[in-house]
Amino acid sequence: MGFLIQITMHKTFTQFDNFGHSLKAPSYLIQPKSMDEIYSAFKLAKKLGLTVTARGAGRSYNDASLNGGGIVLELSAMNQIIKWNQAKGQVRCEPGVTLEELWKKVEPDGWWPPVVSGTMKTTLGGCLAANIHGKNNFKMGPIGEHVIEFTAILPTGAEITCSPKKNADLFYALIGGYGMLGIFTSITLQMKRIYSGLVTVDALPVHNMREQLASLLDGAPDHDYIVGWLDTMAGGSSLGRGQIHATRYLREGEDLNPRETMKVENQVLPPYIFGVFPKSILHYFMAPFVNNLGWWGVNAAKYIASLRRHTFRQSHAAFHFLLDYVPNWELSAGRNGLIQYQSFLPKETAEAAWTEMLKLSHKNRLPSYLGVTKRHRPDKFLLTHAVDGFSLAMDFKITGNNRTKLSSMLQEFDQIVLANSGRFYFAKNSETTAETALAFYGKETVAKFKKLKKRCDPNGLLESDLYRRIFGN
Amino acid sequence: MSDLPKPAPATPLTPRRRGIIVGASEGIGACLAQKLTREGYILALIARRKGKLNTLCNEINSMFNETRALAYVHDAANYDEVPALLRKIVADLGGLDLIVFMAGVNYPPGGIGNYNFKNDRKMIEINLIGAMAWLSPVAEMFQNAKAGQIVGIGSVAGDRGRIGNPGYNTSKAGLATYLEALRNRLARHGVNVLTVKPGFVKTEMLKAAQGATPFAITPEKAADDIYSAMRKRKQLVYTASIWRWIMLIIQHVPSVIFRRMSF
Repeated sequence: MGFLIQITMHKTFTQFDNFGHSLKAPSYLIQPKSMDEIYSAFKLAKKLGLTVTARGAGRSYNDASLNGGGIVLELSAMNQIIKWNQAKGQVRCEPGVTLEELWKKVEPDGWWPPVVSGTMKTTLGGCLAANIHGKNNFKMGPIGEHVIEFTAILPTGAEITCSPKKNADLFYALIGGYGMLGIFTSITLQMKRIYSGLVTVDALPVHNMREQLASLLDGAPDHDYIVGWLDTMAGGSSLGRGQIHATRYLREGEDLNPRETMKVENQVLPPYIFGVFPKSILHYFMAPFVNNLGWWGVNAAKYIASLRRHTFRQSHAAFHFLLDYVPNWELSAGRNGLIQYQSFLPKETAEAAWTEMLKLSHKNRLPSYLGVTKRHRPDKFLLTHAVDGFSLAMDFKITGNNRTKLSSMLQEFDQIVLANSGRFYFAKNSETTAETALAFYGKETVAKFKKLKKRCDPNGLLESDLYRRIFGN
Repeated sequence: MSDLPKPAPATPLTPRRRGIIVGASEGIGACLAQKLTREGYILALIARRKGKLNTLCNEINSMFNETRALAYVHDAANYDEVPALLRKIVADLGGLDLIVFMAGVNYPPGGIGNYNFKNDRKMIEINLIGAMAWLSPVAEMFQNAKAGQIVGIGSVAGDRGRIGNPGYNTSKAGLATYLEALRNRLARHGVNVLTVKPGFVKTEMLKAAQGATPFAITPEKAADDIYSAMRKRKQLVYTASIWRWIMLIIQHVPSVIFRRMSF
């Protein structure tokens, strides 16, 4: 038997990577189809002295779903929508159901997931583990606030049911716990009622950082979503310039034919641009522009195009899932991949901190290629990344020789964020050290988390590369 | 087993290459361990002798002031230990990109009139079966991960069967054929298999050699040659490189002449 396990283990050795294609880690792959099979995997791991990490769609930009040399439990085979209550808008799903499968199920009935990520390929298990936020974080909070109930299996084999009332301590720790305490086996979510398949987008230009943040702050209360594009390459008095998209749902009656606009076929992203050019190969043509000069041109052109203030309607899918618009866009960064650096800052300190960070990136000639700003509010989850303020996400392309320089710049960024009472998000940041994590979570939170960890996982079976990085040793 | 702190985790901006050297405590193995850690590798070093192994690890880790080498005591003839040890090492390293099978013994029968099955068997057990015990599971892992590099240390002695040491010739010829077969299996999966064929290298093993030892090189030079071939993802390297030409000639000496020769 032991010998048989060895043989099958080597056969399952699989190279995993992350959404940015910036880090590879080989692991033994197990694809459970039921809670019992998850428990068997825990028992196997304990017997073999290995650690276990749950993985959904692998859409985090860092090491959250990687476990080099250990076991990866890929939950994509547990992808049944167990129950859909159309009248109440409540859906119960297995953890491997993707946002794509979810919205396609609920939208024709007049509902939409309350919180979605920039790609619809993410799984609900992954969304809960990272406690994702959307462009409506200031209004709807993270996805965890819309969870009515979930069930999970702990490494001890215990099955738990959690809601904001029942096992509340575990509810607020497993959501946003990056799979380090237990593995979700079913998730019950409340959907949001919609009256059209379209949203109304107000697009307005902003000319500097102050305007950018003021527009997010002032625009948020009157809208359902707000997001800013920030031209990370513009400096001087234009530093922080960009465009705000403030979006709201259509009210009942505004769309004269909601049945039609809510049909899935009217939501899907077109597979061609200009009618003829297949988008699946677009990333190859983007690649030559993904360098400092080329992307400066792209940003500048985008800014000029955005100067016209206008309002337009688009489908939910087109508005939300920008990252799916160009399939495999992340490959255009080339063979070394890209990383995303996202920082969350209180509204009082954000302007100064990000001005300093952008100036630093210009000085180091390490500009980010894409900047996205959002408005946030705090939440009650234990490992929360939210603040009453804003976030700025920046993409950096890794090249053969910028690693050392980029690494030390991001460590400087971390210190700026810490000095300004900011926070980080571990579906994104890949370079944050254990010291930095301890500093922003606070000793008390980390101690509380470690106590729960001991209780849920006394043998330390659930470990990812992320866990070892931020809580390790 | 190693009780050092685990190596620092890899991140996109501080990636790690991770390797195993079986037979690392001295000679070419020790030099290659130093070379590879200088080039940024994190290594699991495996050898029979605990003392020498720990000294080498401490030397390396204190040089970098961080854990870059982990020590594991193991005798390459204990095949049954391999699966569990390999699993532990891969978990400790956080993955695996390279394995170098360096372990080898040379017990000449002591004169061309002597035969010694016991010694022949030992050489096959370490040099060939020991290599297969490690490389076979690693090959399976690399094939499935579609990445990796395997380095096996053959010998110029494996290129022809000669009168002096039939057992050693056979062990190294067998290893070279095994590596070739792995290469043919794995090349299509993006895995590189490098066969190294050293001539004379000034190590402990050289003392076993009978007669003249021309073109002998230092183990440092051999390690440099191996690393350079690894980087180029070559499939075969002779060290020193002159052996390529010498062996080309020797391989083509017709048997009718070769069997009358005294070397």
